[in-house]
Amino acid sequence: MIRFLSLAMFLVLASVTGCAPGNGTDKVASDKITVWHWMTDREETFNELAEKYKALTGTDVQFELYAPTDAYSEKIKGAAQTQMLPDVFGILADKRVISSFIKAGHVLNLDPYMDMDNGRWKKAFYAKALNVNRFMLGNEFEVVPGIYAAPLDVMNIQMIYNKDLFKKAGLDPENPPRNWAEFLDTGNKLHAAGIQGMVSGWGEIWMIDCLASNYAYNIMGEKKFIDTIKGKVSYADQDWIDVFTVFKDMRDNNLLANGIVTMVNKHAEQMFANQRAALAFNGSWCVNVYYGMNPDLNYGVMLPPAYSNKYPMKIWGGAGASLMVNARSKNRDKVVEFLKWFTAKDQQAYLANKTRNLPANKESLGEISPVLVRFVDDMDSVTHPNNLNVSEFPKVIEARDKGIQSIVIGEKTPEEVALDVQAVKIREMGKAQK
Amino acid sequence: MKNGSQTQILMLENRSLRSFRNNMEHRKAKKIFTNYLFVLPAVLLFCTFHLYPFVNVFRYSLFQWDGIVPFSSAQFVGLAHFKDIFTANPQWWYSMWHAFYITLLTLIFQNGLALLLALTCDRAIKGAKAYRMIFFLPPVLSGIVVGLIWQWIYDGNYGLLNYWLTNIGLGHLSRAWLADPNTSLTCVGIVHMWKGFGWGFIILLAGLQSIPRELYEAAKVDGAGAWDTFRRVTVPLMVPVFVLVTILTILNTMQIYDLIVSLTGGGPGYHTEVPITRILAAMRGGSRLGYACALGIVFGLMLLVVSFIQIQASKLAKQE
Repeated sequence: MIRFLSLAMFLVLASVTGCAPGNGTDKVASDKITVWHWMTDREETFNELAEKYKALTGTDVQFELYAPTDAYSEKIKGAAQTQMLPDVFGILADKRVISSFIKAGHVLNLDPYMDMDNGRWKKAFYAKALNVNRFMLGNEFEVVPGIYAAPLDVMNIQMIYNKDLFKKAGLDPENPPRNWAEFLDTGNKLHAAGIQGMVSGWGEIWMIDCLASNYAYNIMGEKKFIDTIKGKVSYADQDWIDVFTVFKDMRDNNLLANGIVTMVNKHAEQMFANQRAALAFNGSWCVNVYYGMNPDLNYGVMLPPAYSNKYPMKIWGGAGASLMVNARSKNRDKVVEFLKWFTAKDQQAYLANKTRNLPANKESLGEISPVLVRFVDDMDSVTHPNNLNVSEFPKVIEARDKGIQSIVIGEKTPEEVALDVQAVKIREMGKAQK
Repeated sequence: MKNGSQTQILMLENRSLRSFRNNMEHRKAKKIFTNYLFVLPAVLLFCTFHLYPFVNVFRYSLFQWDGIVPFSSAQFVGLAHFKDIFTANPQWWYSMWHAFYITLLTLIFQNGLALLLALTCDRAIKGAKAYRMIFFLPPVLSGIVVGLIWQWIYDGNYGLLNYWLTNIGLGHLSRAWLADPNTSLTCVGIVHMWKGFGWGFIILLAGLQSIPRELYEAAKVDGAGAWDTFRRVTVPLMVPVFVLVTILTILNTMQIYDLIVSLTGGGPGYHTEVPITRILAAMRGGSRLGYACALGIVFGLMLLVVSFIQIQASKLAKQE
C-alpha cells in the first residue's frame, strides 16, 4: 500500500514539476546556447549554421522554433514570468511590449558589445535595421537608451505586380503606375479585363495599419504623424481623413480584390502566386514564398504610388527578425560571440541565399539575388513604428484598422471613421492620465 | 472476595473493550487517511490546474498588468476594468450579441435538424448505423480544417458556392460571403451548425432509444397518431435530454473561436467578433492581461446565469 501511494505521489509531483519548461537558461550556465524563435521555415538553415559553429568553436547551439507566432508570443511571456527564458530569443511585438521585457530585466543592452573595436559590429548593419531595436534618450517607455537586439534580416513591404496580367490588361509591365491617378486607372483597367486587383492579408489588421502608416507619412509627414500619437493632432484632422480616403478611392476604383478585408496573408500569397490577382501588398519575404508556390511567376516590385506630393512616400520596413540576449543568462559573453558570428558577412549571405530574405548585414549584399536587390534599393524609404520613440495605444490602432475595413466594405465614410478613432483616442488618453 | 473478582473481571472487560474501541478507531482513522491519500493526487491536480488559475484570474482582474513585468509591479486598479467593460466597451457587447445570434441559430436549426435525424435513425431504417457514423463525422474534424474548407466554398472569387449559384442562374447573388457584413456572421453560423449537429444527434438518439418501446405500442393501441405519440410520449420523456443538449449547445456556441479565426478573423470590421476573440485581442494585441481576465470573468458569469435560468426553466417544464 505504502509503495503504491509513494508511486502515486511521485507521479503527481513529476507531472506537476514536469510542466515547467526545462530548457530555459536563466539560472544555469552550460556549454549549450539555446535560441527560441518563430521562424520555423528557416529551421534547416539555422541547424546547418549551428553545426558549422560547433565545428568551429565546440559550442553547441540549439534552435528551438515555435509556430504559430501567437503561440510563440505567449510562450515568451510565460517564460519571462517564470524566469525561464533561453539564452537568445526573439520578441514579435511592438516597442511598448519590448520595453516591458527590457524593464523587467530580461533583455541585455548590446551597446557595449556593439561599440567594441571601434563599433565594428554595429557598423556592419543597416542603420534602419538597428533603429528598430534601439531605444533613444528620452523615449516615452523610460528604457535606458541602447540597442537591445541584433537584427537577423531586414524587410520592407511594397506593391508587387504580376507582369503577365498587366500585359493582359493592356498595361505596360515595365512602367508600373507612378502616381495616384495612374494607380486608380490601373485598378479600372484590370477590372475591365476581368482581373482581380490587389490582394493582401488585411484580415490580419497589422497589414492594413502598414499601408495606412505609409500614406500617413506621405500625406502629413513624420512630425504630424508623431504628434497624432502624442495626442497633439486629432484623427479628425483633414490629413487623416485623406489617409482614410485613400482606401475609399482604392475600393471605388476596383483596386481591391474581392474579399480582401477577411483575407489572411497566406491566402493572398496563394492568389498572387497562382496568377489570380495582379497586385499584392506584401513584404520582401514574399520572394521566398512565391518561389515555393510558383517558381515561374513573372513579377515586379514598386513603391505604393504617392497620394500627395507634400511628403515622400514611405514604406514599412527595417529589421525583419531580431535576436535578443537574455540578460540573466550565465552564458552572456558566449552568446554575444555567437551572435556576432551569426550576423557576420558569410553567415548572413548563406542565410539570405538559402531563405531568399534580405540580410541585415550590408556587407553581404553583393551575394544576393537580383529580385531581392530591388527591395534593397528602396531601403532608404523605409520607416517603422518601432523606430519612433512613441507608440500608439493598441485600442486606437485597432479602431483605425477596423475602421478602414469598414470603409472598404462600404459601411462607413472616411469622416465617420476619423471621428470614431478620435473618440477612442480621447478615451485611451483619459485612462492613461488617470 | 466475590465482589472483588467481579470488579476485576469488569475492569478487565472495560479495558479490553476500550482497547477494542481504540483499535477500531485507529483502523477507522487509518482507513479514512488511506482514502484521502487516494484522493490526494486528484485534489492536487485540481488545485494546481483549476483552482489556482481560477483564483488568480480574479486577482489579476483587479490589476493593470501586461503579463511581462513581475506581478509585484502591477498597478492595482480595483474594479476599473469592470467599469470600463460595462460603460466604455461597445465592441464587447457587439461580440456578445454575435455569439448570441449564432447560438440562437444553432438552438433552432442545428438542434432541430439533429432531432429530425435522430428520430429518423431511431426507427428501423436501412443503413441506420452508416448514417450515424456519417452524421458524427463533422464534429470530430478540427475547427481550423473545417474553417479552411468552408473558406474555399465561400470564397468570393473562386468559391464553390458562387460557382453553383452561377450555374443555376442565380449568379447575381454571388458575393464575397465572408467579407460582406450582411452575410458574414450567418455564414459562420452555418458552418458552426454543420460542424456541431452531430453531437446533438448522438445525444438525442441515445435519449430516444432509452424510451421504452411498450409506451409507443400502448399509444398505438390507444389510437394515437404519429404526431400525438411524439407530443405526448416522446417529448415529455425527452425533456431532460433536451435540457442537456440545450445547455451544451449554449455553452459550446457562446465560446465559438476556432471557426471565427479560420474563416474571418473577426472581420470585416467587428462583424464576426465574438467574446473569446475580444478576450484574446485584449491579451495579445494590447498586452492587457488584467483587462482580459476581467472580460473572462464577466463572460463566465453570464454563461453561469444563462445555464442557471435554463436549468430552472427545465425544472418548471418537468413539473408541468
